[in-house]
Amino acid sequence: MNQDFQSFDFRCKFGSKHFPFPIFTASGCASSGKELSQFFSLSDIGAVVTKSIALKPRSGRPTPRMAETPSGMLNSIGLQGPGIDQFLDDDIPWLLANNSRVIVSISGETVEEFASLARRLRVVQGLSGIEVNISCPNVENRGLVFACDPVASKAVVESVRRNIGGELPIIVKLSPDVTDIVAIAKEVVSAGADGLALINTLLGMAIDIDAMRPKLAGKTGGLSGPAIRPVAVRAVYQVHAALPNTPILGMGGISNGRDALEFILAGASAVSIGTANFGNPTAPIKVRDELMELLKERGFTSVSDAIGRAHE
Amino acid sequence: MVFAAGEMAASARPGNFVAISVGGTNSSMILRRAFAVYRASDRGQYGGTIELVVAPHGQGSKWLTSLQIHDRVNMVGPLGTYFGIPSEPVSALLVGGGYGSAPLFGLAEVLKERGCRVDMVLGASVAGKIYAPLEGKRSVNSLTVTTEDGSAGVKGRVTDVLPSLIEKNASEIIYSCGPMGMLAAVEEVSKTHHTMHQCAVEESMACGIGICMTCVLPVKDENGVIKMTRSCIDGPVMDGERVMWGSSRTIPEGTWGAL
Repeated sequence: MNQDFQSFDFRCKFGSKHFPFPIFTASGCASSGKELSQFFSLSDIGAVVTKSIALKPRSGRPTPRMAETPSGMLNSIGLQGPGIDQFLDDDIPWLLANNSRVIVSISGETVEEFASLARRLRVVQGLSGIEVNISCPNVENRGLVFACDPVASKAVVESVRRNIGGELPIIVKLSPDVTDIVAIAKEVVSAGADGLALINTLLGMAIDIDAMRPKLAGKTGGLSGPAIRPVAVRAVYQVHAALPNTPILGMGGISNGRDALEFILAGASAVSIGTANFGNPTAPIKVRDELMELLKERGFTSVSDAIGRAHE
Repeated sequence: MVFAAGEMAASARPGNFVAISVGGTNSSMILRRAFAVYRASDRGQYGGTIELVVAPHGQGSKWLTSLQIHDRVNMVGPLGTYFGIPSEPVSALLVGGGYGSAPLFGLAEVLKERGCRVDMVLGASVAGKIYAPLEGKRSVNSLTVTTEDGSAGVKGRVTDVLPSLIEKNASEIIYSCGPMGMLAAVEEVSKTHHTMHQCAVEESMACGIGICMTCVLPVKDENGVIKMTRSCIDGPVMDGERVMWGSSRTIPEGTWGAL
């Protein structure tokens, strides 16, 4: 490992768990880690946040599922995945055997499904945390996006907390497509969230002007990439101001160290790299190394000293 | 376009693709562009080279074709599956549509070296969209061209000439690449004539390395279960009879995990 990491304190903390680097993958942008491990060692980042897993296998939505947009992309995957059984049989053992710290992202359509997923994960050894994805925009019914409703958000998080036990950190992923993200954040923290993942994609659409119909088969999709970064930085800033003691995993269009530093200064304790992985599979390592250099240049000896400095 | 690609060239096989960053460092185009390898050579004046056929249709490919000699690009590859080469010398029929025919010429060379008979059909809407470089023609026993407007070769579609070619040459395997509609039609002909069929599929792709799940299509696995399968790492070359053709913009009934 690079010598520099011994003279710089790069650790971050969510709930009871410490991570050696404040760089994570973003859920849905690293599959279950195997593919990215061809490009870097997964133990060289803070943790892999897995693709959101559901109770049962999911085919996801039809194609086309992707449309590139200016400095961004729309996706409409629809949470394709093998379901929790196969995930626990195949993906988790592989990740742990490859020395990856693992945060399992879970997604359910009902409070009870979230509770069942939490019960399944409670008995799994070696996990570093749970991300509760209550904000995927690619569902048929917008009314099912829990993160748009403070009461529903709270119910999900309380249920996961009750079923997962006290030890494993819960990070709740919120949607920026709400009037008041701070109100939602307060509810989920009061319900037992140890941290917040900000932000999920924004609901968007692109239309093919030749075919004169939406480019995505699912019509709408989640917008990600640098195009949404100012929205994400704003969300992190607002939530950190209201909840300064709640660690935030910041994400939304981060592709280099400067982007990551913006999030840290806004109040994130760590950042996730998502869409940037698609264009540059070594982006998490690039962001990590550049972030450390930028922090050192500014006289910081630890990343934690820089958290929320834009508020002073 | 020819790229000095070093060791990447030695491991590239017909059917593989590469993914290239476009637009320079401050580009608003954040995703790589995928190109099938036209030809790879592991030794030459510039070491290993990879050749691609780039049609400047979109913003990304226009940027790429505007580069000057000695400019550098960021390329990941070789990616994806490649065409299976029979161990015995067989009679092979290669079918290409439009510019999608690029990987067939490298494939023809490999098949020829194995002692296979190689017949090729190239089709497009108009003559100008047929990609058939002179050097590519050397490796084939016969070349048939079809155009929908009759501006070159036989007027019609590739599938109009396939049955007679299969019978005449006793073709045992069909290799195809081009638009999905053409691949589906080729599979129909292949099924009727009981030939094997390997095709290189096209789906829009964000990452090319298996992490984004955008480039999927419904494909039967070895147990007959239909799964949304990634065309970047479980393809682009797939077994034609396993692909659930005609299911564009839908999830076929019975797909694993369908809601």
